[in-house]
Amino acid sequence: MEHCDVVLHLTGVRKTFGPIVALRHMDLTVRAGRVHTILGENGAGKSTLMKILAGVQLPTEGDITLGGKDFRPRTPQEAAAAGLAIVFQELSLCNNLTVAENILATREPTRMGFISDRKLVAQARALVAELGLPLDVNARVADLSIAQRQLVEIAKGLSHDARVVIFDEPTSSLSDSEAEILFRIIDKLIAQGKAVIYISHRMEEIMRLSDDITVVRDGEYVATVEKDDTTIDALIAMMVGRRMDEIYPPRLDVVASPSDTPVLSVSGLTRKDAFEDVSFVLKAGEILGVFGLVGSGRSEVMNALFGMLPPDTGRIEIDGAEVRITSAAQAITQGIGFVTENRKEQGLVLSHGLRPNVTMAALDRFSGRGFMRSGPERAAAEGEVKRLGIRTGSIETVTGTLSGGNQQKVVLAKWLATRPRILILDEPTRGVDVGAKFEIYRIIRELASEGTAILMVSSELPEVLGLADRVMIMSEGRVATTAPRDTLTPERVMTFATGHVQ
Amino acid sequence: MTDTTTTETAGHSYLRAMIRQYAGIVLALLALCIIFSVTNDRFLSLANFTNIFQQVAVIAIAAFGMTWVILLGEIDLSIGSIIAVAGMVGAQVIGLGWGFVPALVLTLAAGAVLGLFNGTMTAKLMLPSFIVTVATMSIYRGLVSLPTGGAPAMNMDPTWIAIGANSFLGLPIIIWIVVVLFLVNHIALAHTTFGRKAYLTGGNREAALYSGINVDAMKIKIFMISGVMAAVSGILLSSRLYSAQTNAGMSYELDAIAAAVLGGTSLAGGVGTMVGTLIGALIIGVLNNGMNMLSVPYFYQLIVKGLVILIAVWLDVRSKQRQG
Repeated sequence: MEHCDVVLHLTGVRKTFGPIVALRHMDLTVRAGRVHTILGENGAGKSTLMKILAGVQLPTEGDITLGGKDFRPRTPQEAAAAGLAIVFQELSLCNNLTVAENILATREPTRMGFISDRKLVAQARALVAELGLPLDVNARVADLSIAQRQLVEIAKGLSHDARVVIFDEPTSSLSDSEAEILFRIIDKLIAQGKAVIYISHRMEEIMRLSDDITVVRDGEYVATVEKDDTTIDALIAMMVGRRMDEIYPPRLDVVASPSDTPVLSVSGLTRKDAFEDVSFVLKAGEILGVFGLVGSGRSEVMNALFGMLPPDTGRIEIDGAEVRITSAAQAITQGIGFVTENRKEQGLVLSHGLRPNVTMAALDRFSGRGFMRSGPERAAAEGEVKRLGIRTGSIETVTGTLSGGNQQKVVLAKWLATRPRILILDEPTRGVDVGAKFEIYRIIRELASEGTAILMVSSELPEVLGLADRVMIMSEGRVATTAPRDTLTPERVMTFATGHVQ
Repeated sequence: MTDTTTTETAGHSYLRAMIRQYAGIVLALLALCIIFSVTNDRFLSLANFTNIFQQVAVIAIAAFGMTWVILLGEIDLSIGSIIAVAGMVGAQVIGLGWGFVPALVLTLAAGAVLGLFNGTMTAKLMLPSFIVTVATMSIYRGLVSLPTGGAPAMNMDPTWIAIGANSFLGLPIIIWIVVVLFLVNHIALAHTTFGRKAYLTGGNREAALYSGINVDAMKIKIFMISGVMAAVSGILLSSRLYSAQTNAGMSYELDAIAAAVLGGTSLAGGVGTMVGTLIGALIIGVLNNGMNMLSVPYFYQLIVKGLVILIAVWLDVRSKQRQG
């Protein structure tokens, strides 16, 4: 490896919080003009590493050099001044401000001490145009979709000159077409001779973008390899520390005998400006995948089924009888469970322990005459921890301290505790590391084999095609088609999803 | 350990959690007692402690209600005014000659209705409870003077007066009331589905909603609890003052908030216990009593009380950060 083009160099970086080791030992060599991916499960130490580089936390030990000079940023401003740019996940925006104000936050152009709105808009517009982002700089961030907010993050991160640009899971909320824009931006940065550090869970994307890949596990550096010398399987094996023979577990035989009556039957479901004439049937033991791009109305339909977003017209039948569901409580009574898309906002009470989180949707099952029965409650929480393989100290551990994958399993546990007959899964593996992903797939398969009817929304094509029996593809609020999985290819699904089929 | 719903875990882990959770404020309470007993030899006497408990009663009971509200991530600034309304309703019903029991029932009902109004405005019109209760603090304070045109009303019912003056089994009735209401609120919060729903709703409203909890109903019910608790405080206060004053309970909401927050209730919602609130109320009571005995001028008392709250909350936040 030549040393002349090394931009960022870390040796023996360690970070501890009291007795807790967040980063055990990290080595990293990032070179100019290359995309360097950091790959590791959630909790492997990636975010701690990013925080150190971003100037949010100081390392406990170790040396970092940027451009040959000692690099020890104490604030994000110092890190930026030294030539480091970071594109965060959609969390760092002020929702009440406009796109332009967010992009140039803390660097607003001024005239005589006052912010010049005209210059601000002009500068932001120039930046957005240069990056080729489809954004209106005068829009308020609060009015944007999650995917658009991520694009704003990208513009914000790239609004100052940098030698090293870090992307922290930038595509987790982007649809494929928006991801393409991002990839073009990265190509351009590389062509300009900048170094890019890329963090992602998506293997396909990593294999496509990266030049170098560094694997971290349990807070420790494992290896750095060049993309051309490795395979997805080899990377996964390094990352989880064991061999992965297959990504999607085999279909299990349905134990419960499927009856001819569908468990769930939806016809003509319509809600103005959200979805129109949605119809489908779902049988016991079946996994129906629901695929659609951001804004296709897929999540809105799921919310309608769960009583959170009542439809204007249409018919929902459960076991052949029409039902009206106008609240989550009614949906739960009907045997519907809903693993929501965003576990932190709609799924968990992060400040509380596992036990109250697991039982929160089924309080009636763990109480008598209004009093909680702690024995059955503890037993249920312990049972789910064991069944789903949730890695936690105890059932009283605060859920906010668990890794993303384990948190997602707690959300699953919460809905399994309601013993649902119909389980809606909205992006069940978003922001979850590969190891946990496989376990969640296995759980979904098991549930189906036990006779649970599963409705799985996902924007990851391989996931939908790998897991579902049939796939319903949505486009612009309508069902484009519903077809058995074996008749679909990724290309066909995308054609329907983008609305190119008449 | 920020989780406060662990009260059901058995054995010594429960004890350890209790110690870790309350050690700070118990030490603060003891420190205050030591300071005051050194500076004043009359402080450490049974008579004075009975006195402190009686003074604490009004704040403690209002603070139980406030704990529910803060736990939900809301705030109720109108309880000081509800305390005055309660006394006035009681006095007026007694004035009509209907007797003690109807006066008691109607007073508690008045508290519930005022709480219902706060809760409905907050839940159904989706207004911030801070704004709603700033407004109702003013409205309710105005309502107090309607029957008398601003003059105090005298309570002549002997049973009403006995609540504040008499004892039962050697303990003042007021203290019995505090003990009973503490137990009721504690059990409701720590061991019922209602209490669990309050924790969950306060911890994450949206997650509670998606789990089938009727969060609007929770809000309304909890503001009603706060109103009823304030009404009980109002009864005790008017009983001890032998009258319903129009300015009764003024700024008691601040003491109630302080008691809850001192006791570890998080203003962000989802965290808090009745045990903590009771200790918090005792700290405020001891502070008031001790400074009165030392003849500290009122304005200095205000400054000291404010500083104590700031320090207590700061210590609490710091210890939780270390653990987390």
